[in-house]
Amino acid sequence: MSLTPDNPQLSVADLRTSRMRRVRSGTVRWLFMSAAAVTVLVSALIIWTVASEAWTFISQVVWDSLTDIGWFPRRGLFDLSTLLVNSIQISVIAMAVALPSGFGAAIYLSEYAHPRVRRVMKPTLELLASVPSVVLGVFAISFITPSILTNFFSEINFFNKLAAGIAVGLLVIPLIASISEDALRAVPVALREASAGLGARRVSTSIRVVLPAAMSGLMAAAIVGFSRAIGETMVVTIASGGGDTSLFNLALTESGGTFTSAMAALGLGTDQVAGNDLAFQSLYFLGALLFAITLVLNMAGDLIVRRLQNKY
Amino acid sequence: MSVFTTPAGIATNAADALRRRPGADVAGATFKWLLIGATVFATGFLAVLLAVMVIDGWDVLSDNLGYFLTHGFSQRSAGEAGVWQGIIGSLQVALVTALFAVPIGVATAIYLVEYAQGNRFARIVELNIRNLAGVPSIVYGLLGLAVFVQTIHGFTNGKTVIAGGMTLAALVLPIVVITSVEALKAVPDSLREAAYGVGATKWEVLSRQVLPAAMSTILTGTVLALARALGEAAPLILVGAATGFMTFGDANLAETFTGPYTALPVLIFSFARQPGADWGANAAAASVVILVLVLAVNGLAIYLRNRFEKQW
Repeated sequence: MSLTPDNPQLSVADLRTSRMRRVRSGTVRWLFMSAAAVTVLVSALIIWTVASEAWTFISQVVWDSLTDIGWFPRRGLFDLSTLLVNSIQISVIAMAVALPSGFGAAIYLSEYAHPRVRRVMKPTLELLASVPSVVLGVFAISFITPSILTNFFSEINFFNKLAAGIAVGLLVIPLIASISEDALRAVPVALREASAGLGARRVSTSIRVVLPAAMSGLMAAAIVGFSRAIGETMVVTIASGGGDTSLFNLALTESGGTFTSAMAALGLGTDQVAGNDLAFQSLYFLGALLFAITLVLNMAGDLIVRRLQNKY
Repeated sequence: MSVFTTPAGIATNAADALRRRPGADVAGATFKWLLIGATVFATGFLAVLLAVMVIDGWDVLSDNLGYFLTHGFSQRSAGEAGVWQGIIGSLQVALVTALFAVPIGVATAIYLVEYAQGNRFARIVELNIRNLAGVPSIVYGLLGLAVFVQTIHGFTNGKTVIAGGMTLAALVLPIVVITSVEALKAVPDSLREAAYGVGATKWEVLSRQVLPAAMSTILTGTVLALARALGEAAPLILVGAATGFMTFGDANLAETFTGPYTALPVLIFSFARQPGADWGANAAAASVVILVLVLAVNGLAIYLRNRFEKQW
């Protein structure tokens, strides 16, 4: 029915638009939904490929070779403790560099800095976050080790875990500063005003009121930063060495391979994986371990951040 | 005596007692300067990094820049090696990355913000995106190696720009989705309601009102995501970007998409692996090139944001 002078009644059909417009509007909905499904598919494919190849490794590996003198995948020696200890050592050094600096910068920007300073510094931090990790790897071997560390350690390897850890620390500072600053700014101004009203100095307000209120957010920043440090590849591959073969050692001035650098070294040789048949599968096994470790850390961090968002 | 007897005297005395003497707040001043130190450290190392790279790479940058930028990798000597193939490869990879990541990422964001209204599927997609954002980049390399290089070999032709670009697309997909979701959420509902009010279908509201309004922010996020992709080396090493000498043969530009390739950060890694100061100079010079590129792309994103930013 259509609206004419003879037929002044308006029907539902008149208000419905043309079929073409309705069909188009319905179709695009499905397009958008399938795009969302693709993002889930990416996760599913990561988990499937990593888990299935890792399973091949687990089911065929000689268990004693997982606890041996070191990481020599081509010779069939897959000592996990070597890589685990190196990964943790480097990440802890990175945290020792990144946490004081990242937290300090966050407190300064949120509690002290003039708004104009903030407006310049926030984008600068974003810019720093985009420095490619290979560049920091080059920085570690061309500056941190020869120009700084040799002054403190007389016998330091050209490739060493200490320089790698420091460079990874520099890399995660912007991430930690950014998450921490968000956490500090989420603390209501009323708390600061109440504290100032009682006569507290700014330093007391910052340390006794704002920091405790934002504590969970700062913890989340530390956890996410640690996860990022564990997953960092190129800095460690360039600066710490030992990705292809690595003897167990605890000295920070020595070279040492991590989960990630061992993976990069295996990946470089995917064309000519000679020697042990399981070397290729060990790549996926390490990937599965790394995926699991970072997933647990990130989910913990995410949970804390979301709880914080609901707090005030 | 008299100060305690008149009301004015009492007030003056009290005000004196409350006023802090300048310079007496040692703890506060120390704390503030510590924070400033942390902030300077966090942001200042970019300047140190740039300075070290320019100094180390000066021989190449001052005498040989034209040759360095226009020639490919050479195993024979550091002086004969250049970054041309890396620049071309990085641009090609970024192009493929954008082709895959932008449509899927933006469409996912549209689904999440405009259609899903927090249903169960949308909650799964959101959780999945948050977790994908924290997966270490090298794990995406495993996905690329198993799926894009091997499983769909017929489409990608193995270790090619297409496989590399798809791998990095999966890597930056969460960033594109998250920034696009923010952009769409920032568009006020009144705009949508006005469009519905004059009879537009959902698709018309989206395509003619919401997307144009959110486009500049989405564009900024996309550019930042591509800057991230530009600096990634680890996943590309796993999916077979060349780390040594390679030749395009007599392939034309279109054919290079399906042949061997390398990328700028992968080349820097290749330079850094070679022993000797000549190669170190190459690595530093190439680091300067990539830093300039990445900073320029980021600067473009910040410019876009400021130029087109809307206040609702």
